[in-house]
Amino acid sequence: MDAIRTEGLTKRYSVGFWKPRPYAALEDLNLTVAQGEVFGFLGPNGAGKTTTLKLLMQLIYPTSGHAEILGQPVGDVAVRRRIGYLPENPYFYENLTAEELIEYFARLFGYSSADGKKRAGKLLDEVGIGVERRFHLRKFSKGMVQRVGIAQALVNDPEVVFLDEPMSGLDPIGRREVRELILRLRERGCTVFFSSHVLSDAEALCSRVAILAKGRLVANGPLDALTAFQARGWELVVSGLKEEVLGRAKYRLSHVTPLGGGRFALELPPTTAPEQLIPDLVDAGAHIVSLNPLRATLEDFFIAQVGAAGDARMTSDDRVAGRAAS
Amino acid sequence: MRAIGIVASGVFRDSIRDRIAYGLVFFAVLLMAASFLLAQLTAGQDVKIIKDLGLAASSAIGLFIAVFFGIGLVTKEVDRRSIYSLLSKPVTRSQFIVGKYVGLVLTLLINLAVMVIAFYVVLAYLDWTTPASAKAAWEAPALDPRMLKAFVLIGVELMVMTAVTLFFSTFSSSFLSVAMTAAVYIIGHFGDDLKHLDVTVQSYILPILARGAYYVMPNLARLDIKAAVVHAEPVSAAQMFFASLSSGLYVATLLVGATIIFSRRDLK
Repeated sequence: MDAIRTEGLTKRYSVGFWKPRPYAALEDLNLTVAQGEVFGFLGPNGAGKTTTLKLLMQLIYPTSGHAEILGQPVGDVAVRRRIGYLPENPYFYENLTAEELIEYFARLFGYSSADGKKRAGKLLDEVGIGVERRFHLRKFSKGMVQRVGIAQALVNDPEVVFLDEPMSGLDPIGRREVRELILRLRERGCTVFFSSHVLSDAEALCSRVAILAKGRLVANGPLDALTAFQARGWELVVSGLKEEVLGRAKYRLSHVTPLGGGRFALELPPTTAPEQLIPDLVDAGAHIVSLNPLRATLEDFFIAQVGAAGDARMTSDDRVAGRAAS
Repeated sequence: MRAIGIVASGVFRDSIRDRIAYGLVFFAVLLMAASFLLAQLTAGQDVKIIKDLGLAASSAIGLFIAVFFGIGLVTKEVDRRSIYSLLSKPVTRSQFIVGKYVGLVLTLLINLAVMVIAFYVVLAYLDWTTPASAKAAWEAPALDPRMLKAFVLIGVELMVMTAVTLFFSTFSSSFLSVAMTAAVYIIGHFGDDLKHLDVTVQSYILPILARGAYYVMPNLARLDIKAAVVHAEPVSAAQMFFASLSSGLYVATLLVGATIIFSRRDLK
């Protein structure tokens, strides 16, 4: 059983007052997320990430298609007992303390008041809220509210947790703590579905990612597979290389960077196999210091995919007036 | 029911600590105390003035809290997106609506109870400081328990107005909700005039529209017995019961309507 499954999930809004036209916020999303995965849902601003999460939480209703979480339709209240959700830029009742808020949510999952308080204490410890837990939430900074938001998403020890921009508003220490928290959730077997446009977070945490651009899924798969085929070549670091040898080899290199101390970083294009070049360099008296593949980063892949979606698929205007489906 | 109770307790805890609610109740208490000073300037009308002002202040402040907080129950929750976390928990939208309503009504009743206590304290002081000869001129004793009937119906009116505000806030903006609630409040107090508009207006269409409005709007005039209790006029238990019953049915209808509308709404 998949943790999350969507089939043809589509959401269109009407835009324009006098002459309403449909706007495709999300088009035909087909996605599966296996249990225990940390799944990165990536895309630039306005790509449809939050729309997807709202559809999964049934805060909005799909125009067509359907979605399931843990094998149950998303509208089923029973499924909400097994999931957690951190909305983007969360906001909570400002006259409650952090402790009271978490206890309040815990009681919705059947905790008694006393057990809810204990649960709140444990979770607030986990997200790094100290004595401030007894302050009213109106006194909290954005980063502290974000931490409370993460705590409330975990109040029921969920099997699947949805995090919408979990690092938003956090300082570097906070970001690191949340990363560690997500990894701990993965170790516990919890499925983590998180949306972000910060690619380094996805790269550090995710086993699989999907990229959304202008309401459409443009890539989906294991992180390694998505970036591996994008290998840009090799970086060879050598020392003791004579200028005339370098001059002869230059036509087989894409870039040469002097590193100091007589060392050079030679960038080989994917068409040049290092085993073809290395014997010639060694014969000419060079010493091989290191050889590393130059793999595309997720950022390279993301920019390529999102850029292609922008060029080949639709302009912003095309998402309006039903042209999105064409 | 458990989810409704928990949502209601959350609303109660959040709103009972709101500084604005504190301020408004404090203002009402201050107004009642000030009415004592005002009453000293009139001869023989002191107790009537305190009763009139006290009941009017309780009703007006209660109404303000009902509308101000009633809008926040849904519109602000959606605007500020605090509703997202709550509705991702095992709470249905109908439980959310009813829980919010119950929580705010509880807050209003507590605030009203504070105002009732302040009202009777001011009247007790007047009773204590007034000579027996002056008391003889009063239509009713200062600490007349029958005034509680007026407070009961003020409470019922606040329950109706909270439901009206909540209903409007499920599909319109804060401003429109306030405007429409104000319209319902005003029209609701002229229920009997609307019903018999054909007697005073020479028109075919207007009386039909007015009669339609009479049947759609709550009859708040029937809940207003403030003048009657101040003048010690009788208010029967049957009148109280039927006014409360019809209001209860009206509240139930509004909550069902609010639930139906809200359950279909996209929370953008």
